[in-house]
Amino acid sequence: MAIGSEAPVMVDVQGVSKWFGAFQVLKDISFRVKLGEKMIVCGPSGSGKSTMIRCLNRLERHDSGRIIVDGIELADNLRDLAAVRRDVGMVFQQFNLFPHMTVLDNLTLAPMRLRRLSRADAEELAMQLLKRVDIADQARKYPAQLSGGQQQRVAIARALCMKPKILLFDEPTSALDPEMIGEVLEVMIGLAREGMTMICVTHEMGFARQVADQMVFMDRGEIVEAAQPDEFFAAPRSARARLFLSRILSH
Amino acid sequence: MFRPDRLTCCDVPRHIGRKRVTANDATRIVLVLAAAGLLSGCGDTYSWGWHVISPSLARGRGNIAFLLSGIGYTVAVALCAIIISVMLGLVVALPGLSSNRVARTLSRSYVEFLRSVPMLVMVLWVYYGLPLILNISLDVFTSGVIALALCDSAFEAEIFRAGIQSIDRGQHEAADGLGLGYLDKMRFIVLPQAIRRVLPPLGNQFVYMLKTSSLLSVIGLTELTRRANELVVTEYRPLEIYSFLILEYLALILVAAAMVRWLERRMAVAEQTTAPRSNL
Repeated sequence: MAIGSEAPVMVDVQGVSKWFGAFQVLKDISFRVKLGEKMIVCGPSGSGKSTMIRCLNRLERHDSGRIIVDGIELADNLRDLAAVRRDVGMVFQQFNLFPHMTVLDNLTLAPMRLRRLSRADAEELAMQLLKRVDIADQARKYPAQLSGGQQQRVAIARALCMKPKILLFDEPTSALDPEMIGEVLEVMIGLAREGMTMICVTHEMGFARQVADQMVFMDRGEIVEAAQPDEFFAAPRSARARLFLSRILSH
Repeated sequence: MFRPDRLTCCDVPRHIGRKRVTANDATRIVLVLAAAGLLSGCGDTYSWGWHVISPSLARGRGNIAFLLSGIGYTVAVALCAIIISVMLGLVVALPGLSSNRVARTLSRSYVEFLRSVPMLVMVLWVYYGLPLILNISLDVFTSGVIALALCDSAFEAEIFRAGIQSIDRGQHEAADGLGLGYLDKMRFIVLPQAIRRVLPPLGNQFVYMLKTSSLLSVIGLTELTRRANELVVTEYRPLEIYSFLILEYLALILVAAAMVRWLERRMAVAEQTTAPRSNL
């Protein structure tokens, strides 16, 4: 999926570093994601990829460098932060649905509070999105009554409820039983086809091959390799990426 | 004549043995045995005077009515105090969890200071001392509510702190990620879950509050204990009257505990993973 060079830059990360105490988790990270582009991030555990993606909506603060999301620089300004978070949806490894609310209420809360939709409008929107992730018949249930795959699809619908311009996925299929991974990936492929701007941390290389516009390989807090997916899978330039790929593809 | 002092173990209702013994039955048996022991355990030297609270005598009925007349104040003062103390506790707990150091210190100091004040001392200080500072007059009921609420709020704050801290970090992140502000996050996501979890200790505090309200008898609030004291002065039957008082508190607290359990059941939702799986 080629993205025209004239497309606006949605996420611009410039020389970002972050420390947890004396340990540097992110080392001088830079990349750009344009409107409609899909970036897939992979790398061994502890490589900083989750921390990196969580910096993009400031669930983690970066210590140096700049992060500009849809023209707004992430800093301590709370109003800017709220604006960025409204435009950026996030899907977590552990779903993080609100267990005391029904599926429908999980989806309608943010639109009603932040976009000031009426309950009727919010529920209509929510039902549309639940249909899209093929789970509308479960709207009145509580999260604990659903399977993992269903919960993650609800979480995706919840993120979509705020009509985000960018979706972040932090290992969305890693906590799922193998037979449920497919249904979640299918929804994500659907979103990719519709032109959503996506940044996704995942080890699902089949999915990556199918949707990625750029592949990023991280190890020990730095971006070791950034490449087109064809190049990356055919002939990774770095030894570390080769080793990583051989390990996860051989299984 | 009804002679409860003749009650022995043989008077335990016999039907209990026939059906399945539940926790409730077990409680009842223990209570009856305890009452029997209490009443038969005194030696021959004491001559009982249950007639002072015997329902079959006009004087006894009058005395019972007098003793029971304190129940309104006991319940009212405990209810008012727990409501104020829960709200106060929440207001104190939230800054205790913030990243702001000053807010944390303030919250911490409040808790440490107030939980070190003995309840009785607080009651006396509020009733006799506070009006001098504020230059107002406080009636016994208001002073009682303030004193109980202040002391208890420190414990409520600790309960809320523990409850809020027990909520998974992912819940905060999901709320933040959606763009919800701090107040919305607390109101819709964190507190509803935290309060469900701390309902048992909150119920416990209410039971404790019902009991400690007896301290207000020293400033003259005509609650259960004060009524018993007053009757003892005219009837000279402390053992019988205070035994009756114990049973009054027991009955109150059993009712309160049942209400708390009902509330817990009502608020329990499908949150537990034991909930039935969907029709997969």
